[in-house]
Amino acid sequence: MELYRLGIREAIELISKKEISPLELLESVFQRIDSVEERIKAYVTIERESAFNRARGLENKPMEGKLHGIPVAVKDNICTRGVRTTCSSRILENFIPPYESTVTSRLTVQGYILAGKTNLDEFAMGSSTENSAFFITRNPWDTERVPGGSSGGSAAAVAADECIAALGSDTGGSIRQPAAFCGIVGLKPTYGRVSRYGLVAFASSLDQIGPLTKCVEDAAILLNIIGGHDHHDSTSVAMSVPDFTSALGMDIKGLKIGIPREYFIEGVDKEVENGVRDAIKRLESLGAVPLEISLPHTEYAVATYYILATSEASSNLARYDGVKYGLRMDGENLIEMYMNTRHHGFGAEVKRRIILGTYALSSGYYEAYYRKAQQVRTLIRQDFENAFKEVDVIITPTTPTPAFRIGEKTRDPLQMYLSDIFTIPVNLAGVPAISIPCGFSGEGLPIGLQIIGRHFDEENILKVAYAYEQDTEWHKRRPVL
Amino acid sequence: MQYEAVIGLEIHAQLLTESKMFCGCPTKFGAEPNTQTCPVCVGLPGVLPVINKRAIEYVVKTGLALNCEITQYSRFARKNYFYPDLPKGYQISQYELPLCRGGYLEIALNGRRKKIRLTRIHLEEDAGKNIHEGGDYSLVDLNRAGVPLMEIVTEPDIRSAQEAAEFMRRLRMILRYLGVCDGNMEQGSLRCDANVSVRPAGQEGFGVKTEIKNMNSFKFIEKALEYEINRQIRLLSKGEKIVQETRLWDAKRGITESMRSKEEAHDYRYFPEPDLMPVEIDEGWLNEIRAQIVELPDARMERFIKEYNLPEDDARLLTEERAMADWFEEAVRLGGHPKTVANWMMGELLRLLNKDGIQIEDSKVKPAQLVGLLSLIDRDVISGKIAKTVFEEMYQTGREAEVIVKEKGLLQITDTEEIERIVEDILNNNPKEVERFRAGEQKLLGFFVGQVMKATKGKANPRIVNELLRKKLSA
Ligand SMILES: [Zn+2]
Repeated sequence: MELYRLGIREAIELISKKEISPLELLESVFQRIDSVEERIKAYVTIERESAFNRARGLENKPMEGKLHGIPVAVKDNICTRGVRTTCSSRILENFIPPYESTVTSRLTVQGYILAGKTNLDEFAMGSSTENSAFFITRNPWDTERVPGGSSGGSAAAVAADECIAALGSDTGGSIRQPAAFCGIVGLKPTYGRVSRYGLVAFASSLDQIGPLTKCVEDAAILLNIIGGHDHHDSTSVAMSVPDFTSALGMDIKGLKIGIPREYFIEGVDKEVENGVRDAIKRLESLGAVPLEISLPHTEYAVATYYILATSEASSNLARYDGVKYGLRMDGENLIEMYMNTRHHGFGAEVKRRIILGTYALSSGYYEAYYRKAQQVRTLIRQDFENAFKEVDVIITPTTPTPAFRIGEKTRDPLQMYLSDIFTIPVNLAGVPAISIPCGFSGEGLPIGLQIIGRHFDEENILKVAYAYEQDTEWHKRRPVL
Repeated sequence: MQYEAVIGLEIHAQLLTESKMFCGCPTKFGAEPNTQTCPVCVGLPGVLPVINKRAIEYVVKTGLALNCEITQYSRFARKNYFYPDLPKGYQISQYELPLCRGGYLEIALNGRRKKIRLTRIHLEEDAGKNIHEGGDYSLVDLNRAGVPLMEIVTEPDIRSAQEAAEFMRRLRMILRYLGVCDGNMEQGSLRCDANVSVRPAGQEGFGVKTEIKNMNSFKFIEKALEYEINRQIRLLSKGEKIVQETRLWDAKRGITESMRSKEEAHDYRYFPEPDLMPVEIDEGWLNEIRAQIVELPDARMERFIKEYNLPEDDARLLTEERAMADWFEEAVRLGGHPKTVANWMMGELLRLLNKDGIQIEDSKVKPAQLVGLLSLIDRDVISGKIAKTVFEEMYQTGREAEVIVKEKGLLQITDTEEIERIVEDILNNNPKEVERFRAGEQKLLGFFVGQVMKATKGKANPRIVNELLRKKLSA
């Protein structure tokens, strides 16, 4: 077997037994990058030289970290000291952070190797990577289709074996939706589980960093490392982090799984629905108990999300003004300099969201939009809290359809926004959720199963995901490239 | 027609914390531009603020001292606007749930006491500074960006420029007592803006107001508001309208001048800061902060009157500054007689300190040394007159009185025989004056005392000199 096919657990096992070396693993991954990257275009920046230097440095060292020599791809909105961090935006095209994000610091302590920085929708605003200012990333299962987004580069890199695992960020589905489209595992942790320090903010109250991996166990391994309180992030919760891998393999007999009727509606692709229903049957055969539940405010989630996320974004993106770093365009005076810089620096979708958010926060509209949306958000969170009094996890499709074609939805932003209809409520509620492969469409496109858990109960969703994965073969399928 | 002024103040006080509001950078004044910065206060992509608990405590302390209600769950909010000295494009401030609400400060003017009510006190971060040094560019210094700033807003309870200035004096005194702000108005660590309107005396509703900025001393507050009140009255008397606008005080020309009108005012689009959790101030924390509050000027003045039998004027002057009152109490604790210590402080010490523009906490002469000097006087080692010379020397060098006295040979002459010899010399050399004295011109005694002191360079014990002169002259 080719080494680049390995996941974290397998690779670490081989390295610890000295059957392979970090350098051999890295060479294999970069050979793979050399042969497929031109067709996939997952990476904005490939860190070949520094990666090889690091692998050589680890070569004959005793194994200390849990990621000793593991090449990981990192979404390009997570700051890496000395390595360009663009957010796939013209405005940060040449921005090199002088500081390291908390998550990558934690990976570094464990001996990881940064393979490169992956493409995304500009500032994580989008569901297809078509909003990248640089280029579109392709879905490894069908390069005429999108990989999903905004963490499309990370998802494609994992699915195409251009890395062993990856980090992404999820504001309204940006880890889970591309994971579903690319047939891999994507985990959005509970809001507050993982430090956001160093993650370039899109919507601060919704953003969360998480792993994209080839199997459930790898997601648990990465969450063990990146999770936990960080004094740089006041919204990260001071709660001890359990060993998530120890939950894996425990049986799920008697576990109650909620099936929300609002998620099985018209507009959901038949093949997707069948895939999910089959998965539920499979879980039932493993001893789980399915229960129909209701999440009554689901239909308001997308509208609520687009008010809150854009409001926060309009403020978060104000710092890109040409004064301190990033792109600066000249102007006759200060206002012109601001306008020219932001006009040339931001793409159409980013501008659209800044305008939306600015409007929603404006005096005279604040009550009707922002405050109302906050109230609805509370109702949506209560929907989940009520449901979790009855059930242990909730199961839904990750997306209403498999990966769509490049260009299919770019002309209609609303259609694009609806592709996150099943992932958005999870961010609004702040609960954790994972997407795992649960089948393929007739056209050979992956279908994703979303498993949602209680606040800070990633253990149960990982347990269910692992039980399902061990009972099926979907995760073993790879795209032919 | 009689007009009445209606004034509300908005005060910004830089807090005396060691580090900034949301990062660990130092807050020291006057460093090289952009040397006291980090990714957080420069607003790099991806950074997050972390609340400086000390700053919260300072505001709550102030709120408690000013009789405010402390908000149990307080929130930070973002105030959005673009300006080069504002690195994030928003200022982290407070909007809907400030740390303190209500409260009041009592002022006294011409013997009348009056409560000025407060609307709120909140915490925010300062912006940086734009530097224009000519040319077609500006520079930005972010050393000050993120320094904690406390905003105190009053109700429109103030009715004259004098009241406004008095309010600021009292407030400054309290802030300095609490140790939360150095109160330096020239350097801008204490700033004050005023909302001013006038209305016919007796009218209930408010007139159109203007906002006055750039008043950086008590004197300017008084002058600027005086000017603005008269300007508005003049306009109204002529039947003209007041324009709602921001006006800057121009100290050189002694006038206020229009800066921007309300049409250009910003929509700040406040919303709760999602990067920070609400601040919870529970009973335990509140009690801890309450315990840190020192005795405030009014209470201390009352106590000085009762405990040390000081006249009210002395007590007021000595308690204006906490350091001054501490100095006084330390001297008394070490055995100085309260009224004597007060006299020396308000006389010699303050005169010298004011002359050199030195704060009492930086004075070289310490309470123990004054007490040492007083004990030399009490024990007749030196005379009161010599003591003033010795004190000047102590003030300059910080040395002990006893050392100076010995070194300069200033010990008082208490040897009766020696003084008697000198007295006799003086009387022999001034027969005419002796005659006049004996003829009834009693006030000439002072002349003889002066002559003796002159001959002894002031070192003769005045009590012995007096006794001997009376004895010899009446013989
Ligand atoms: Zn700083």
